[in-house]
Amino acid sequence: MHNKTIAELSAGLKSGEFSSVELTQSYLDRINSLDKQINSFITVTPDLALEQAKQADEQRAAGNVGILNGIPLAQKDIFCTKDVKTSCGSKMLDPFISPYNATTINKFNDTGAVMLGKTNMDEFAMGSSNETSWYGPVKNPWQQESVPGGSSGGSAAAVAARLAPAATGTDTGGSIRQPASFCGITGLKPTYGRVSRYGMIAFASSLDQAGPMTRTAEDAALMLNVMAGLDPRDSTSVDEPVPDYTASLNDSMAGLKIGLPKEYFSEGLDDAVAKVIESAVKEYEKMGAVIKEISLPTSNLAVPTYYIIAPSECSSNLSRMDGVRYGYRCDDPEDLNDLYIRSRGEGFGAEVKRRILVGTYALSEGFYDAYYVKAQKTRRLITNDFNQAFADVDVIMGPAAPSTAFKIGELTDDPITMYLSDIYTIAVNLAGLPGMSVPAGFVNDMPVGLQLIGKHFAESKLLNIAHQFQQATDWHTQAPAAFK
Amino acid sequence: MSTLDKSDVEKIAFLARLGVDEQDIPEYATNLSNILEMVEQLNSVDTDDVKPMAHPLDAVQRLRADVVTESNDRENLQSHAPQVEQGLYLVPRVVE
Repeated sequence: MHNKTIAELSAGLKSGEFSSVELTQSYLDRINSLDKQINSFITVTPDLALEQAKQADEQRAAGNVGILNGIPLAQKDIFCTKDVKTSCGSKMLDPFISPYNATTINKFNDTGAVMLGKTNMDEFAMGSSNETSWYGPVKNPWQQESVPGGSSGGSAAAVAARLAPAATGTDTGGSIRQPASFCGITGLKPTYGRVSRYGMIAFASSLDQAGPMTRTAEDAALMLNVMAGLDPRDSTSVDEPVPDYTASLNDSMAGLKIGLPKEYFSEGLDDAVAKVIESAVKEYEKMGAVIKEISLPTSNLAVPTYYIIAPSECSSNLSRMDGVRYGYRCDDPEDLNDLYIRSRGEGFGAEVKRRILVGTYALSEGFYDAYYVKAQKTRRLITNDFNQAFADVDVIMGPAAPSTAFKIGELTDDPITMYLSDIYTIAVNLAGLPGMSVPAGFVNDMPVGLQLIGKHFAESKLLNIAHQFQQATDWHTQAPAAFK
Repeated sequence: MSTLDKSDVEKIAFLARLGVDEQDIPEYATNLSNILEMVEQLNSVDTDDVKPMAHPLDAVQRLRADVVTESNDRENLQSHAPQVEQGLYLVPRVVE
């Protein structure tokens, strides 16, 4: 049962082959027996899951239900879930039981999906390896000495290890696509504003976006059908019609114009990863796609631009963690400053502190124009590059990450090299574009992800392109040996 | 220009009301200096005529009618606070 996709599980529920209670119990059993190897969950919610499953079975017996009805899912611990701990991977929010649901959680509840639990993540989504979590690192199911990527590493590992059919993630600079690549699953970061950010704990508000992490593009389409749409509670969510994302999955690749940015295949890219990506592109040529070399000349500005904008917005957003209204408070504060300083000093880990300090400096008096405004200008140049490229091509392809998963502890003393593991994903967030990572092969038994980048609101197109690749290849069906 | 020393880190940490262990300050100073050095690449780009981009879709704030949509949920919300009394959040005495 655990190797089935959402589409297959939904068919099994519909035909009565198994009930949601049975399905949910089988996943809870797997989590119970296997998750200690990889630490992908912070909180498992068996009672809630079984209650939701029972309701889903009743709804199904009573009449028409949606495709996700009765399907168990894992939710990244960045989404507020009413009456369930919502820690965001931080000691700061370890005591936080959310009083309300994120819009994404409400939407899954409304369609009758089941929540298995909350997945591990880098603290406040700041990290590329899941090593900054207060709850300990997640291990890559393919090789447990390696990281799963981050920040949505718990979600990626749980889906790869078949502990959940699918999960949610969030992506500020690559946090869905890079772990999807490292764990060999399918991850989609939608256009900025496509999915509501309400109740999704903010890291960098002009970049953050939630999306599905699944085993197939078809499942990602089914998840996005539920997640996408305008939310009056998120003023940055966009009022664009939501199509049925499964409708165009089978469109032909004949004549599809694929752009390969030469900057994504240059220095810094692992040779073996480059070969995997090249053979994936050849697969598309066989299907009738046309390949064109393009240039994104400002690619080298993406990482520095991001490391001004993201920390600046993070330092502002995280000022709400003050030890007064919720979350961690230090013992015996002497005065108000001491309360703020010690609650935050004891509640946050090293990477979060680093980014708050960078952001505070960049936004401080006298430096705002030199850093934040400058980065907003280079952000526009980066976006202009993409717009220009999309005048000639339908989709941009390249690697999702410069290498396969690195080892736990390998880069923890070297923040800048760690930041460079997001070198191919960050620009996509700055430009607000949709991006995907699709399993494309292996290097030394570790998965490699092909990145697809589309025009604004071209999620249907990306899912179609990913689905066609998955019809022609079987990389996405492979499971880590320990979790088959 | 942007090599930060111990006192810079202390000043920034205070602006952020962020406790930093004394022994970690040199490492933060090095980390921050390296990050600032990396971002200095941006100075090589001429951006004089470029408009700053605040939103990836250049969207503007959506407005709604000025009507009450939320109900008072104070007790529920305050039940998650470290210390409350009679509907108020408690902090150490500010005015003697």
